[in-house]
Amino acid sequence: MANYAHPETLVSTDWVAQHASDPNVRIVEVDVDTKAYDEGHVPGAIGWAWSSQLCDTVRRDILPKEQLEELLGSSGISNDTTVVIYGDNNNWFAAWALWQLKIYGHKDVRLMNGGRKKWLAEGRELSTEIPKPAAARYHASGPDNSLRAFLPQVQDALEAGTYAFVDVRSPQEFTGEILAPPGLPETCQRGGHIPAARNIPWGKACNDDGTFKSADELQALYASEGVDGTKPVIAYCRIGERSSHTWFALKYLLGFNKVVNYDGSWTEWGNLVGAPVEKGKAAVSAKA
Amino acid sequence: MKVEEYRERRIEIGGWPVNLTTYRLGEVFHCKADNVSPGAALARTTGTTREEAEMKAVERAGELLARTRVHAAGS
Repeated sequence: MANYAHPETLVSTDWVAQHASDPNVRIVEVDVDTKAYDEGHVPGAIGWAWSSQLCDTVRRDILPKEQLEELLGSSGISNDTTVVIYGDNNNWFAAWALWQLKIYGHKDVRLMNGGRKKWLAEGRELSTEIPKPAAARYHASGPDNSLRAFLPQVQDALEAGTYAFVDVRSPQEFTGEILAPPGLPETCQRGGHIPAARNIPWGKACNDDGTFKSADELQALYASEGVDGTKPVIAYCRIGERSSHTWFALKYLLGFNKVVNYDGSWTEWGNLVGAPVEKGKAAVSAKA
Repeated sequence: MKVEEYRERRIEIGGWPVNLTTYRLGEVFHCKADNVSPGAALARTTGTTREEAEMKAVERAGELLARTRVHAAGS
């Protein structure tokens, strides 16, 4: 598939249509807009709500290991199941879910290329029936925190200059003109970006139909901003879901060795007392 | 049921680009408005016609976008 480094991590909508009832495959929808699943979903797909089922609902963190095991088990997913995730907004939170499953060591987890948008645009079948899979036993490993950046690591990396920083938010969020995506509540005290970050909005990795661009196009996109895999990469956005999308593209489609998702992202950095912040357009991509 | 009459179009509301996606499921038209660049969903509405669903979405998106503050960002 398009010369990707790990083509096995993506499946097409056709593949999903053919495998949705395969007992070794579990299709999962994860949307930004958690009401989308109820409106209609890929027949046989189960739905996970990112805001309540894919995070610790007490402290700010990803899903604890035991809760992930419970979620996957109750979803009929065992360690050998092929999990295919898709969602709205070209797979934002689908990529977030995949990132968490990788952190906890699930071997075979893939994205449906193009996500919910492509499925709808192709006029495919939707179902409102909610599957009730037989429970399975799931044993997670990890967490593998080599896929994730915490604040101290980000601060050290910034000081040492050892990482490339990729800010995947919109140019206006990057410059500090707006403190959240238009129409959403402001969730930080300061606007701008981490000094030295390059602004490569997540959407530039996608075609109009929501699928990922080819490996050559992705390589050119990131290389034009000096992100070529020679340095390890820290990707961030506002809360870590858009950067999961970029993390996936860099790690699995381009095959960069070391890419981490800083899920604290701007809602952490932009609220820190004394953190260095750069504003303005100086570092915005010329192609933005 | 199948997705029918799928259409996407880009409009501007209060100076912000908005993507409207509308389609029909059975007898009901569904519309989703999202802010283009970040792609976050602003409104999800339904109607008996495309126009009705889109009008509701545009109205709700306009309310939310009107709250967005633009700050000085330097150069």
